[in-house]
Amino acid sequence: MSVPIVELRSAVKEYVNGSLRVAALRGIDLRIDPGEYAVVMGASGSGKSTLLNLLGCLDHLSSGDYLLGGENISQFSDNQLSEIRSRRIGFIFQSYNLIPQLNVLENIEVPLFYQGIPEAHARTKAIALAERMGLADRLKHKPMELSGGQQQRVAIARSLVCDPLLMLADEPTGNLDTKTGNEILELIDELHAEGKTIVMVTHDDDIAGRAQRVVCFRDGQIISNDWNGAPKP
Amino acid sequence: MKSMRPERLVRLAIKNLGQYKLRAGLTMLGIIFGVCSVVAMLSVGEGANREIQEKIQRMGSQNILIKSVKVPKEGDAPDSKRSMIAAYGLTYEDAQQFSQYVPNLEASTPMKVLRYDVQYKARKLQTDVIATTPWFLRVQHYRMVRGRFLTSSDMEYGTPVCVIGSRLARILFAGVDPVGKTLNIDRDAYTVVGVIGDIAQGELPTQGELWLAGENQNVYIPLRTYLNKRGDLFVQLSEGGGVFEKIELHELILSIDKQENVTRAVDAARRILRKNHKVEDYSIVVPLELIRQARETRRLFNIVLGSIAAISLIVGGIGIMNIMLATVSERTREIGIRRALGARRSDIVFQFLMETLLLSTSGGVIGLIFGALIPMAITAATGVKTVLTFPAFAIAFSVSVTVSVIFGIYPARRAALMDPIEALRHE
Ligand SMILES: Nc1ncnc2c1ncn2[C@@H]1O[C@H](COP(=O)(O)OP(=O)(O)O)[C@@H](O)[C@H]1O
Ligand SMILES: [Mg+2]
Repeated sequence: MSVPIVELRSAVKEYVNGSLRVAALRGIDLRIDPGEYAVVMGASGSGKSTLLNLLGCLDHLSSGDYLLGGENISQFSDNQLSEIRSRRIGFIFQSYNLIPQLNVLENIEVPLFYQGIPEAHARTKAIALAERMGLADRLKHKPMELSGGQQQRVAIARSLVCDPLLMLADEPTGNLDTKTGNEILELIDELHAEGKTIVMVTHDDDIAGRAQRVVCFRDGQIISNDWNGAPKP
Repeated sequence: MKSMRPERLVRLAIKNLGQYKLRAGLTMLGIIFGVCSVVAMLSVGEGANREIQEKIQRMGSQNILIKSVKVPKEGDAPDSKRSMIAAYGLTYEDAQQFSQYVPNLEASTPMKVLRYDVQYKARKLQTDVIATTPWFLRVQHYRMVRGRFLTSSDMEYGTPVCVIGSRLARILFAGVDPVGKTLNIDRDAYTVVGVIGDIAQGELPTQGELWLAGENQNVYIPLRTYLNKRGDLFVQLSEGGGVFEKIELHELILSIDKQENVTRAVDAARRILRKNHKVEDYSIVVPLELIRQARETRRLFNIVLGSIAAISLIVGGIGIMNIMLATVSERTREIGIRRALGARRSDIVFQFLMETLLLSTSGGVIGLIFGALIPMAITAATGVKTVLTFPAFAIAFSVSVTVSVIFGIYPARRAALMDPIEALRHE
């Protein structure tokens, strides 16, 4: 059996605001294997974004353990987590989150910049990915000059540039019309078919239908964990 | 280990600053003015200082200059048209006692300074005639242009020879070689034996002014010759009739062997003069003391200047901090994105520090250029001497960069310490 990409053990995340404690995740156990495409659903405030931030090493667990690719990173320092983000995580956001003063290629290269990869090498990789995303004639454009769908393609190219172990998407089609959204979802399907491990947050049941697995949240707890109707093989 | 090469950081900083061209330019302006004013002030100050130092130095740091001064006597009302002999100033007796009692005295150069008409053929000119001894040349560091200076045999025999200043040579002889020609000093004939250098070699301080501007227009004759011909009495022409004045020596230059002995020699000379003169009809100028005073003045000047410089540079630094704080808060989301994509805190710190550094160094360089041009313009327009010194450049530049970096650290740290999740949510 292969090593799981994600393994959460009794994961708890609490936010402390003065004397007020908000439990965003209340003891989660979750395992995601290589090549899985998991969709996270649930009402607003149920803890989906919190989960994604933790999986993406942007935050520490309050208690419990997080193993990424078999490595327990719960006690990692800020610098170590940064390193993991640049090498092993691919983020796709609802609002694209491109850097406005950088052009398409430069945006795609950002994770490699922080890995210290030589520019020429990074440039080759960025061009290949941009072309794959259908942005060949937009390489020097700034994000402002692109449509929403194009911007999200740049973001997907950027998330792929480090050959991530885990791709995380927080409502990637939330800001797009249905047609463009579907194009993006098809791209993600393609990546899944290539064997990428993907965790995606969405509200949309139709979108959830595309995934192999649906994880449902309520009040910081997993209430269902379906392999599209079937139990885990 | 992730390592970002500095040139990539520089290019990133240029790109980032490119977003805010106007803002970056205005921020730089603060640094430009700071550095520019510091460099300009320092070079004007240094110019003034050098000029004073040079002029004092030319008087000779081992010399003591003593001059006769006319002191108005009580009851000497301006309207009393008395015609009498006014005797005052340095005497031969003083000179004799200096030679005897002033310690470490190397030479004593007596001078009579008188105004006469000097004439060659049809050309006539009123100028200073200085009756002195051969030592004069040595003490004043004048340069001979042609011929020779006065010699000891001129002194011994009282020969009627003279040495003329180069400017006088030009005016009076207009192209003719003056050496060997004979000119008249108030009807007495003197043969020119040499021509002496111009302003570059400096001039003796005269009454009122500390030094004379302009070229050398004087006539130098042997003191002995003058005494033989005219004696010590002469007529001072003034309104309401002539007043006879008797001054034995107008000036006396005491040359001391070493600088460190000058103070002691001055004390001795003062004692002698105080003993010999009832009224203070003399003045003592000690170039060495003037140099010390000039140094002290300069120290004060530097303190004042340094404070102004420090203030202007701190103001520039605060300007940078202000702008960088605004920039950081505007770019909160970018910081969140970069952190999510793998930037360490230190990467963020360096990114913003590099932007600060770029602003301050380019502002500093522009400031240095203007700081160099302004003194040149001042010199060209007004003739005031200015001196650009390397330390002025180095101090202004390094202080401005240091100050800006110090003021840039706080905004950069603030950016780096942001929570990436919060930063990503920022609108
Ligand atoms: N920084 C925070 N400080 C305090 N409470 C927070 C913070 N972030 C999220 N929460 C709380 O945690 C819970 C889960 O939030 P979140 O994960 O954003 O929900 P979702 O993405 O499913 O809408 C919510 O109750 C929210 O108010
Ligand atoms: Mg959310």
